[in-house]
Amino acid sequence: MTIRLGGIIVGLAITAVLVLWSLLPGVYNYAFGPAPEKQPSYAFYEHGHGPEGGFAFDGAFGKWDVAELQRGYQVYKEVCKACHSLKFVAFRDLAQLGYTEAEIDAEAASWTVPGIDPATGEATTRPGEPTDYFPSPFPNAIAAAAANNNAIPPDLSLMAKARHDGSNYIYDLLMGYGEADPAKAAKVGFETPDGLYFNKHFPNVNIAMPPPLSDDQVTYADGTKATTAQMSKDVAAFLTWTAEPTLVERRQTGWFVLGFLLFATTLAFLSYKQIWAGLKPKKK
Amino acid sequence: MSFAWAKQYEPQSAFTKWLDEKLPLPRLVYNAVGAGYPVPRNLNYMWNFGVLAGFCLMLQIVTGVVLAMHYAANGLVAFATVEHIMRDVNYGWMLRYAHANGASFFFIVIYLHIFRGLFYSSYKAPREMIWLLGVVIFLLMMATAFMGYVLPWGQMSFWGAQVITGLFSAIPLVGEPLQIWLLGGFAPDNAALNRFFSLHFLLPFVIAGVVILHIWALHIPGSSNPTGVEVKQESDTVPFHPYYTSKDGFGLGVFLILFTAMVFFLPNALGHPDNYIEANPLSTPAHIVPEWYFWPFYAILRAFTGDLTIPFTGITLIPAKLLGVIAMFGSILLWFVLPWLDKSPVRSGHYRPLFRKFFWFGLIPAMAVLFYCGGAPAEEPFVVLSQIATAYYFLHFLVILPIISQIEVPKPLPFSITEAVLGGTKPGSTSGGGTIDPGSVVEGLPGTATDGSLQPAE
Amino acid sequence: MATDTAATTEVSAADEGVRRRDWIHIAALGTAGVGGASVLFPLISQMAPSADVLAASTTEVDVSAIQPGQSIKATFRKQPLFVKRLTAEEIAAAKKDDGADMRDPAKLADRTKAGHEDVLVTMGVCTHLGCVPLGAAEGENKGEFGGYFCPCHGSHYDVAGRIRKGPAPLNLKVPEYEFTSDTVIRVG
Repeated sequence: MTIRLGGIIVGLAITAVLVLWSLLPGVYNYAFGPAPEKQPSYAFYEHGHGPEGGFAFDGAFGKWDVAELQRGYQVYKEVCKACHSLKFVAFRDLAQLGYTEAEIDAEAASWTVPGIDPATGEATTRPGEPTDYFPSPFPNAIAAAAANNNAIPPDLSLMAKARHDGSNYIYDLLMGYGEADPAKAAKVGFETPDGLYFNKHFPNVNIAMPPPLSDDQVTYADGTKATTAQMSKDVAAFLTWTAEPTLVERRQTGWFVLGFLLFATTLAFLSYKQIWAGLKPKKK
Repeated sequence: MSFAWAKQYEPQSAFTKWLDEKLPLPRLVYNAVGAGYPVPRNLNYMWNFGVLAGFCLMLQIVTGVVLAMHYAANGLVAFATVEHIMRDVNYGWMLRYAHANGASFFFIVIYLHIFRGLFYSSYKAPREMIWLLGVVIFLLMMATAFMGYVLPWGQMSFWGAQVITGLFSAIPLVGEPLQIWLLGGFAPDNAALNRFFSLHFLLPFVIAGVVILHIWALHIPGSSNPTGVEVKQESDTVPFHPYYTSKDGFGLGVFLILFTAMVFFLPNALGHPDNYIEANPLSTPAHIVPEWYFWPFYAILRAFTGDLTIPFTGITLIPAKLLGVIAMFGSILLWFVLPWLDKSPVRSGHYRPLFRKFFWFGLIPAMAVLFYCGGAPAEEPFVVLSQIATAYYFLHFLVILPIISQIEVPKPLPFSITEAVLGGTKPGSTSGGGTIDPGSVVEGLPGTATDGSLQPAE
Repeated sequence: MATDTAATTEVSAADEGVRRRDWIHIAALGTAGVGGASVLFPLISQMAPSADVLAASTTEVDVSAIQPGQSIKATFRKQPLFVKRLTAEEIAAAKKDDGADMRDPAKLADRTKAGHEDVLVTMGVCTHLGCVPLGAAEGENKGEFGGYFCPCHGSHYDVAGRIRKGPAPLNLKVPEYEFTSDTVIRVG
């Protein structure tokens, strides 16, 4: 009885504190207080939907489109790598993109990676090897910030997983550059600050990265026309692969495991019903 | 410790006889989860989740021990070693996704297990100790899960560690030094990461120990059942094996189908994208949320937005931050007195009309709102909603339960489980559905049926 | 997960029915067993070397600065690598012993590259139990045969890195390598 009385008293006290000191002032504020200020930029944000037709790896049966990944790698190499590192990916990983061992050796050697002079021990550079990871364009974060107007270009290895719906996000972001609707901007007093660029798919629509892609910026080895949309899609696919190289293997294993479990569970169900049937239920 | 009609273990071979004399482990297993444990025959699928929770604990320990072979708890490399597991270690991606989603599924199972206990009042005498040990397990799980989430050293890991240890700084006088002591520094860094790793490895084994106590305590009164009527006679029970081993086996299969579907097809759906960004002490993510299984409690924490002041004097008695922390811990700690708050002699919610209304139309919606608001940004209307739901949560346990247990007129109970199964009364099957088709009538068991062997010999 | 006991109660069903029912339990248990066993595969496999460890790295060593009679230690795939330039006397002694009674017979010519017979490249890992033998640095004990000496259990290697005395079963391993120029070798 004491416990119950105590409980009732404590419960009413907590409720009273919550309602009188938190809920009522909050409701009052919500109803009569100043409306919460929304940044004008939110009016310009548009939610993207990814490329037309989606990616080859979309869906539970999706597969990599190796040609697309190779094109995406070319875009990374010729455009993105100037500012963005890819530090969790090694040259040897390119084997998954359909390159042969010799091609990977040559590709790695075409990159310059930090090394140590074997004679003097001083920091130097050397051609890459398949076991090396993609080198960072900047020696450290301070150098990256200094070279980029204080905005550090993020590492791209995991970008497709580090954003919600990352593959589509990357595509949308690359396609989202442009101008804010001038009439609307004038109305709310919106202006993209100096050194930033308007991008309707970036959360606060002002991004530090200048528009990186323009039509025919790269010449694809396979002859595909390099429109901005094509390059955006290819590089988004490539970065999805860098973020989750085991994606396709994972789903294939998953189908096998699910099939096995369905079979095993069916058997377990029959066995269970069989055993309980022994209790002999009788219809009235 | 068990019913008089429980089957006795009889070693058959010379070896098992010898073993039974020296170390009666087979006897222990036989009496715990074998034919020697008589269990009410009317358990529904909600009673599957105890065994499933045990399975989840094993799953987490096995995958965790294996992941620890590749992980390094150092701020410089922790994030990279997780990526190493994902990319280079053989089947590392599978093991890590199983561990990460395993934590979520562990909580799903545990929440269903707790709600089973709340609806059927499994916490009531003579099973208070089982419930108390269960609350201890739940608290240990929350601590373990929190520390495990810090280990990948992503942005959410780092800021989660910062915010959760920050809760302790709300405690008057000792708060700030306590937070610094917990972290071993002024911000989460190697010291914190290493101790969290050490404790994250240790606590599951502590949980396993408390689980053994939990099961031990269960075997003294025996399992409860959907009618809440205690076992009276042999025909009320069936042996755990093969009846409930087979049922748990089927339940495990269904669980594994759902679990592997998540692991292999949506492994990151329950996680937060920000945790794939390496920890950065200089930049807080726009929207910090804990893992989904903490959302209801996070909502309670954030519900307290105003300091407790003496009106018109400006004197603050308790700051809002401390109120939130007290309420959040209190929301779980009050479960420790739950067996003594709800004194209704009737256990099962099926026979308690008033209780059932408050359960389905009060507690469950309140928990759903708290869950949703805990994951939402701290803006209106989520704050007001979580405040109302928080108020209801405390009222439900501390005020409504004691009062309705006093005034409620319960429905007539069946005389025994056998009678309930025979169809004298029809227990509603609102949750999970009963295993017994209420339309069918079961004949009393043949005398030999409780020996657990229903297969006719060839 | 089902039953593993098929004990006796009254026979109430036809014989075929009984067998079919038993079959369900056996199949369910067997399938569960197969599932449990296949879970072991990733759990065991994860302890094998990971992809980054298996990825073969290479080491380049400039041998031009090594004087006859001297050796240097380099690192190849996390293990010590000895590169030694043999003196004319050592080459002669090694060739003389080519036909000697050895545990692991090998000719000096097979352990060096044609045209670079004075450069001996071996792993610095004793084939007995994996210690690093002495003899690569100035003033270290070179053993009874003037090559390398492993202090752990007293294995003596000759100037060509061949086991001559002591418990080691094999000669010091010569890794795969090639001369990329007259002065530089590339191991691996």
